Amino acid sequence: MATFSVLVFPGSNCDHDAYHALKHVLAADVRFVWHKETSLGKTDAVIVPGGFSYGDYLRSGAIARFSPVMQDVVKFANKGGLVIGICNGFQILLEAGLLPGAMLANENLKFRCKQLYLRTEQTDTPFSSLIEPGRALQIPIAHGEGNYTAPPETLKTLEENGQVVFRYCTALGDVVPEANPNGSLNNIAGIVNKDRNVLGMMPHPERACETELGSTDGRLIFESMLNHLQPA
Amino acid sequence: MLKEPEVTLALALEHGLTADEFEKIKGYLGRVPTFTELGVYSVMWSEHCSYKNSIKVLKTLPNKGPQLLVGAGEENAGLVDIGDGLACAFKIESHNHPSAVEPYQGAATGVGGIHRDIFTMGARPVAALNSLRFGSLDNPRVRFLLDGVVHGIADYGNSFGVPTVAGDIFFDPAYEGNPLVNAMSVGLVKAGETASAIAPGPGNPVIIVGASTGRDGIHGATFASEEISEESESKRPSVQVGDPFMEKLLLEATLEALKTGAVAGIQDMGAAGISCSSSEMSAKSRTGMRINLDLAPQRESGMTAYEMLLSESQERMLIVAHKGREQEILDVFEKWDVSAAVIGEVTDTGEVEYWMHDELKARIPADSLVLGGGAPVYERETRRPDYLDAKHSFDFSSLPEENDYEAALLKLLSSPNIASKRWIFEQYDHMVRTNTVLGPGASDAGVVRIKGTKKALVVKTDCNGRYVHLNPRKGGQIAVAEAARNVVCSGAKPLAVTNCLNFGNPYKPEVYWVFKEAVGGMGDACLALSTPVTGGNVSFYNENPKGAVFPTPTIGMLGLIDDLEKQLMTPGYKAAGHVVCYLGAKRTGLGGSEYLSWNHGLTEGDAPEFDLSYETRFQAFLLEAIRGGLLQSAHDCSDGGLATSLAEKSIFSGIGAEIDLSALQAYSGSDVRECLFSEAQSGAVVSVAEDKLTALIKASEDAGIACIRLGLTGGEALKIDKLIAKAVSAIGLVYEEAIPAKMNSTAAAV
Repeated sequence: MATFSVLVFPGSNCDHDAYHALKHVLAADVRFVWHKETSLGKTDAVIVPGGFSYGDYLRSGAIARFSPVMQDVVKFANKGGLVIGICNGFQILLEAGLLPGAMLANENLKFRCKQLYLRTEQTDTPFSSLIEPGRALQIPIAHGEGNYTAPPETLKTLEENGQVVFRYCTALGDVVPEANPNGSLNNIAGIVNKDRNVLGMMPHPERACETELGSTDGRLIFESMLNHLQPA
Repeated sequence: MLKEPEVTLALALEHGLTADEFEKIKGYLGRVPTFTELGVYSVMWSEHCSYKNSIKVLKTLPNKGPQLLVGAGEENAGLVDIGDGLACAFKIESHNHPSAVEPYQGAATGVGGIHRDIFTMGARPVAALNSLRFGSLDNPRVRFLLDGVVHGIADYGNSFGVPTVAGDIFFDPAYEGNPLVNAMSVGLVKAGETASAIAPGPGNPVIIVGASTGRDGIHGATFASEEISEESESKRPSVQVGDPFMEKLLLEATLEALKTGAVAGIQDMGAAGISCSSSEMSAKSRTGMRINLDLAPQRESGMTAYEMLLSESQERMLIVAHKGREQEILDVFEKWDVSAAVIGEVTDTGEVEYWMHDELKARIPADSLVLGGGAPVYERETRRPDYLDAKHSFDFSSLPEENDYEAALLKLLSSPNIASKRWIFEQYDHMVRTNTVLGPGASDAGVVRIKGTKKALVVKTDCNGRYVHLNPRKGGQIAVAEAARNVVCSGAKPLAVTNCLNFGNPYKPEVYWVFKEAVGGMGDACLALSTPVTGGNVSFYNENPKGAVFPTPTIGMLGLIDDLEKQLMTPGYKAAGHVVCYLGAKRTGLGGSEYLSWNHGLTEGDAPEFDLSYETRFQAFLLEAIRGGLLQSAHDCSDGGLATSLAEKSIFSGIGAEIDLSALQAYSGSDVRECLFSEAQSGAVVSVAEDKLTALIKASEDAGIACIRLGLTGGEALKIDKLIAKAVSAIGLVYEEAIPAKMNSTAAAV
C-alpha cells in the first residue's frame, strides 16, 4: 500500500486535516513527519500542508525551505517522487525552488476564506488523471498571499508546457476575471513542475472530501494520486 | 540601580486605588507596602482582575446544572459534559479598551487571551467566535477601527489555526469612541483529562513557559478599568502585542506537556501577568510561592521587579510541576523551541514572595490579593435612569405612514446591522480543522462537528444592546433567549452560557442600576431555559466623552446536536412548492426595532414584546418540530423582524416566495407594518413540505404555539401581499453590497 507523509512544521495547521482526509476518508496509509527530521524515511508521496510554517512573519515559506526535512523533500522530488503543496505548502515549494514563480499578497490585501471553483486544465498529471477535462471543482481557499506571479517568459513556458493544472473559474467553468479571488496571473490556482510530479495549489482539497463540509471534489485529487501510485 | 519611589497615599491614588483600599493593604501587610507591592495590589484589585463591583451581582446568576463539570469562577473557563467521554470548555472575554486605541493588536491579543484560557484547561480550541460593537460606519474613525479589529482577529486566529465559525456585530452611534470587542473560544477535552489552575505540594517547582517577559502591557488591567478619554491615546503602550505563532507553539507544547502527567497545576498569564497567575494558583491551593524573577527569560535588559510582575506580555503560562519530573516538561517545550525556565517553588507560607537581584521585592499574603479572598467587594449605589420613562412613553402615532414597502424593505436590508457580514467573515479562516458544517453567513449559529462521534457543537454570540438600553431587565432576558433560539433553529439543544458584561462606569448610580437589572434579566432567562452560566467576564468603564455605550451583556451560547445527520437545520428554503409558515408569538410593536432606528432614525419605545414562559415553550416546540423531521427550514425573527427573516430565507436559497400577511395580521391584531418590522420575540419562519403540514399544525396545537400559514415558496421573486414584488437576486445585491460599499467608500482615517 502506498504511504503518504504529511510534513509538520511548528506552525502547520492543516496537517491534521490532510491526515484525516487521507486516513479516514480515503483509507490511505499516512503518517506525520516532523520538520526537524533529516530524512523522510520510506514514503511514496509527500504532502506539504497549509498553515503558517514558522509564523511566516517574513515571507510565507521563506524560512521553511531551510528546514532539515525540506532538504530531503527536494531530493525526493528530484528523483520523481510525488509532492503536493497545499496553500502554505505551495508557498514553501515555490521558495524551495521546486516550482517556478512567487506569491504576492492578495490583490485586495485581505485574507480570503471562501468556497469557489477551479477549472481542471490538465488531466495528464498524477494529481488530476481521474478528473474529467475542463471540470469545475468546488474547493475552498483560505489565504492572504495567494496572488501568483512569475516573469513573462516563465509564464509563457508554464502555459506552453501545460503546467497550469487549475484555474479559478465560475461554477459553470468559465475562467473570467470576476472568478479570480486574489489577482493571480491567468487565474492560476495550481501548477505542476516540468516533470509533472510536483503540484502546488492554493485551494484546499483536504477541506473538500466530505459531504458534511460542502463538497467532495477534493477527493478526486487524492484519488488520482492513489491511482497513480497503486494502479487498480 | 534606580531607587524605588516612596509609597504614599498620593502614589496609591495615582495607581487607581482608593484611600480605603490603601488602608486595607496596610492592614493586610501590617506595614506600608513597597513600591512593587503597591503595583501588584493595584492591578490585582483593579476592576478587571477583582470583579470588586460586580461579583455580588454575578453571584445571583444561576450556575448549577447536571451538565456542568466545573462551576462558574472555579477554573479559567466553564466545562460542560457533552457525553461520549468528552467535555466542552468555553468562555468569552472582552478586549474593548485596547481595541479602542490600537484596534489591530487589541483585537488580536483578545483572541490570543481567550484561547489560552481554554487550552490551559487541557482542552484543544476547536472554534472561535467574536461579538463586536461599533459606531456608525459613516464615521471614518469607525471604519478604521472596524478594519483594524477584523484584521487583528483574522491574522491571529488564522495563524493560530482555529476556525472563526460565528459571532455577531452591531453598529450604533452609542458605541462611537468605545467599540466592544468580545472574543470567545470553544475547546474539547476528554473528560477526566482536564488541568487545573492550582499550586499544590510545597517544594514543587514553578516553571514559566512561552514568550519572554517584556515591558508591554504594563498596567493593562488598570487601563481596562478606566473610562476612555482624550488621554487614552497616551496609554497605547498599555496595549499588548500578539504573536500567534508563539501561541500555536505554546498550545501544542502545553497539551503535550499535560499528557506527560508531570504537571500539577497550570494557569495562563493574562491580565496582571506573573502576579495574577502566581497569587491565584497559590490562593486556590492555600499554599505560597517563592519566585526569583532573575530566572525568568526577559525580552529587554534592566527591567525592575515592578515591571516584571505587572508585564502583560502575551503567550506565557505558569506551570507547577511534580517535584522531580520538571525535566519531562522542559523537554517538551524544548522540542517545540519554546523557552521554559524554573523560576521558583511552591511554599507552605500562604505568601507569594518575589525576589530579584537577591533582594526580596514583595511578600504578600496570596489570599489578600484575590477575588473571593481579600480583594475588596462593593455593591454600588443604584438609581433608575430618568430616560426610561421618556422612551417608554414615545407616541408611535407620530410616526409617518409607510407608503412604499418595497423601498422600506430594501432600505432595512442595507442597514449594516441586517446586511451580509461577508466583508468581515471572509477574512476569517472559518474552515480550518475540517469540522465546520455551518460557518458564518448562511446560518443562525455556527455548527462544528466532533470527529469520531455523531455530535456537533452549535455556538452563537448575541445581545441587542438597544433593547437593554430601553429595558434592562427585558433586554437581558432577550439576549439569552435569542442566543438560545438561534441554537435551537440549527437543531441543537442549548446547554450553557458564558457571558461578557459590557457596561459603563459602575460608580454612576444609573449605570449600576442598569447593570443589576440586566444581569437579573439574564438570570431569569438562564433559569427558565435551563442554561446555567459557566463564567465569563465583566468590562466596566465603556464610556466615551459623550457617555456610556449601550449596556451590552453579550451572551455566548453553547448547544449540542446529538445526531448531525438527523437533527441539523438551516434557514434557507430547500425547494419550490413548500408551505411557508410563521410559528410563535403575535407580531406587535415597533419599539427598539431596527426599522425604527435605521429607517426613521429613532431609538424609542420599550424593548420588544417578550414573555419568558412563552419563549420557553416556543423553543421546546420548535426543537421538537425540527428533530421530529417536520421542517424543511427554520429561521428566527430577530433584528428587522419578519421582513428580514423572509428576505434572508430567499437570499440564502435563491428561491422566491409568495406571502400573504392577512392571517398573521388577524392573529397579531396589528397592521402590515408591525407584522413585517416588529421585533416581537418568540417567532420563527419555517418552510414545510405539504405532506408534513398536518402533523406540524397538530403539534403546534398540542404545544399551544400558533402556526400561521404565510404562503408558498417558488419563483424568482419575493412577493408580499400587493406591497412588495422584487427579484431575489436584486434583494440579495442590496444585502451583499451594503457593508462593502461603506468600507470601500473612502479610506479609513486614523
